[in-house]
Amino acid sequence: MAAVQETVDRVRQIDVDQYRYGFETIIESEKAPKGLSEDTIRFISAKKNEPEWMLEWRLEAYRRWLTMQEPTWARVDYPKIDYQDLYYYAAPKPKKEISSLDEIDPEILKTYEKLGIPLREVEALEGVVRPEGERKVAVDAVFDSVSVATTFQEELKKAGVIFMPISHAIQQHPELVKQYLGSVVPTSDNFFATLNSAVFSDGSFVYVPPGVRCPMELSTYFRINERNTGQFERTLIIADKGSYVSYLEGCTAPQRDENQLHAAVVELVALDDAEIKYSTVQNWYPGNSEGKGGIYNFVTKRGDCRGAHSKISWTQVETGSAITWKYPSCILRGDNSRGEFYSIAISNGYQQVDSGTKMLHLGKNTTSRIISKGIAAGKSQNTYRGLVTAHRKAANARNFTACDSLLIGDKCGAHTVPYIEAKNTSALFEHEATTSKISEDVLFYCVQRGLSQEEAVGLVVNGFVRDVLQQLPMEFAVEAQKLISISLEGSVG
Amino acid sequence: MDVALVKPTTERATRELFAAARDRLPGSGPVSEARQAAFDDFARRGLPYRRIEEWKYTDLRTLLREIAPLAATPDQAALARAAKAVVARDAKGAYKLVLVDGVFAPQLSDQTPETGVEVRALRNILENNDVAARADLLITTAASDTMISLNTALATDGVVIDVAENLNLSRPLHIVHITTQSSTAAFTRSLLRLANGAHATLIESFVAAEGAAAYQAHDSVVLWIGDGAELQHVRLVEDAHDAANISTAIVTIGAKARFNSLNLTCGAAVSRYQGFIKFGGEGSHADVNGVNLLNGHQHGDTTLVLDHAVPHCSSNEVFRAVLDDQAHSVFQGKIIVQPDAQKTDGKMMTRALLLSDGAEADNKPELEIFADDVTCGHGATVGALDESLLFYLRARGLSEKEAQALLIQAFVGEAVESVADDGLRDVVIEAAERWLAARG
Repeated sequence: MAAVQETVDRVRQIDVDQYRYGFETIIESEKAPKGLSEDTIRFISAKKNEPEWMLEWRLEAYRRWLTMQEPTWARVDYPKIDYQDLYYYAAPKPKKEISSLDEIDPEILKTYEKLGIPLREVEALEGVVRPEGERKVAVDAVFDSVSVATTFQEELKKAGVIFMPISHAIQQHPELVKQYLGSVVPTSDNFFATLNSAVFSDGSFVYVPPGVRCPMELSTYFRINERNTGQFERTLIIADKGSYVSYLEGCTAPQRDENQLHAAVVELVALDDAEIKYSTVQNWYPGNSEGKGGIYNFVTKRGDCRGAHSKISWTQVETGSAITWKYPSCILRGDNSRGEFYSIAISNGYQQVDSGTKMLHLGKNTTSRIISKGIAAGKSQNTYRGLVTAHRKAANARNFTACDSLLIGDKCGAHTVPYIEAKNTSALFEHEATTSKISEDVLFYCVQRGLSQEEAVGLVVNGFVRDVLQQLPMEFAVEAQKLISISLEGSVG
Repeated sequence: MDVALVKPTTERATRELFAAARDRLPGSGPVSEARQAAFDDFARRGLPYRRIEEWKYTDLRTLLREIAPLAATPDQAALARAAKAVVARDAKGAYKLVLVDGVFAPQLSDQTPETGVEVRALRNILENNDVAARADLLITTAASDTMISLNTALATDGVVIDVAENLNLSRPLHIVHITTQSSTAAFTRSLLRLANGAHATLIESFVAAEGAAAYQAHDSVVLWIGDGAELQHVRLVEDAHDAANISTAIVTIGAKARFNSLNLTCGAAVSRYQGFIKFGGEGSHADVNGVNLLNGHQHGDTTLVLDHAVPHCSSNEVFRAVLDDQAHSVFQGKIIVQPDAQKTDGKMMTRALLLSDGAEADNKPELEIFADDVTCGHGATVGALDESLLFYLRARGLSEKEAQALLIQAFVGEAVESVADDGLRDVVIEAAERWLAARG
């Protein structure tokens, strides 16, 4: 009897507790009128107090967008999005000009507390001496369309690192923004990126000056709160010559029955000898067990290894979103540059994931590595789509790709669509992919040693994704590991 | 979209072509209705181009530009030239079935005296209204592809072979496609039906008669492999270096059956071989291999779709490309595992060897899996010849070319060795050696 009850409890728990971040924060907010038009863009631009050139840039993107068609090549299926039925801008209503963290709406601070993100630099403020070697993380929190707080400003300023909402950067560092914004993902790049260029509201901006190793991890937490709102953030990271920065990104959203659109653009620029490490834990609301609701995550992420000996590394743990459509890519332009892509994509319920990477080898002696682990459970579809290409002049280009898929249950699908294009004799490309299910023998072995079926699956899955987890910064690795076990709950049995 | 921009001129040209060919196409009633429907499908979609995902790397609108006019029925002189070409490509001990310019030539073909084997010309069947099953010889539901539609619309002839139950055919069947007329197109459609328990070997060769240039060979072959039957299938594409070869194989494999296939392409300026292979019964196995040996400005595309529609089947694909000069090789392999096809074992390995900086190899090995209790994997590599191996051979007195030839043979050998029959394997190896010898 007890065992039966336990099972029942567990199942019930899964339904309710599966998505821990599904709460909604009730705060007053200010929105742009529903729908998209030049007026909406002028409204957003005016709200942000933007200079004329920025507005022009947006309008140009918007006019371009009107001529574009929504892409249909990905293996995802969703009802047509009515772009006129969305709010393109929502901001917590400011009570007055904010000069310090204390003045931020306590509701928002509470939200971040619930998410486990310490926005208030409590320890730092109170002068607590931190143990030697403990790592600090500077956080930029984006709530719907605006950035609410950026921590550790003083310390970053000392190092010369600029870390601020992109809306502030447009005001304070227009020369940097003008030079780099849209230089990796041009406004005309693709349907969703162009839409983002027209209506993006906020996001993070990072500039690391030459020779500086950013003293702490930088982190942005994105939170969609408002109903019927699209979130369009834009992130721009520039690592100047010989610098290093590690950047983390996390995302959550309330549980809602309707689908919400998230179309972000991330641009990374690494100059000579610079290195950027970009980690994402994507945990948008994936929809309920019937596939209702959830976020459409249509994201364009691209890094440009512009300088010689530069390096860009993408690490992503994708567990959320109803639909994921994202391909973090590396343009290996500089000689001897290196691109890396480590990914864990987990889909459960009715989630659809179409994700992968592009490695474009243009410079000499460029190397890239792709490790992708896809896990499909429930009734989900999980696709890896990747491109590796070597230009005629990319002498000695090297790539290694391993993409493995794990299927849990017989109602899900796992697909692999790699494109491998070599136009150079000295290019050496290796690609391998496997698809399998968790071996019964291994599960039996674990269960026999006293683990429950779920624990056994968790153990095997953690082993399966270990290569990627190792690439995550420590704080994130723990969180990611927890996420993985939560995402897979209810997939066995 | 751009379809509308490109269509008008092409469409008019192909409509004229179809109208002109009309009275030369055998069959009436349901047959000609099927042709019209297929042609309308082609006219609507036009030649496939890079925006069509399956033809991403082989844009026929730029490579082929247009469909050449239908070749005339071969006259005596043409048949005499064809006869010479047949002699040069004779596979020892095989029953030759010769198609010249898209027309079956009984005078050049061998009789198949074995009881239980029936060979008929497609044209005779389509024209003879007494024989049942005519339109269905042209209609195929296996794949929706414009080039198959075009082939259905314009197929002038072909061979239809039936092998009776449990018959073990002692000699291979050899379909030889010969083109004698330059700047023309030939369209052929052949069928082979192996009844349950039958064993057979099928060779298909594509060659040019001396002097034939810039022609187009459009072929499709439909293979039915019955329960417990076994088919060894070898294709040799040795068309003229400025010709085009667009071929399709549609294969359906029964239960506990075996299908072993090898395609070798070393001819034609533009070639596309697309195989749609479907498992229709449990407990079967397929080996589907391919080799592209290309140089100059050749473009060779091998596209395979393996559909595991039923449980307990296994498949293995091995593909090799050797590319010199400005050659361009494409391999697209797709393994589909349908929702109930548990216990599927699917493997795919594609490797390309680039001998020159101008060469290009594009690989797209795809997995599409809807069942969980399966083992599927694919691998792909692209690279140059190993310098240290070359050095080893050079140090032992081999010339640069000899050393390369030896390594290329070994590289290609992995795909060729699946051909079980020694004699047949030699036929393939000879074709590969001809290519290596021509390299100088």
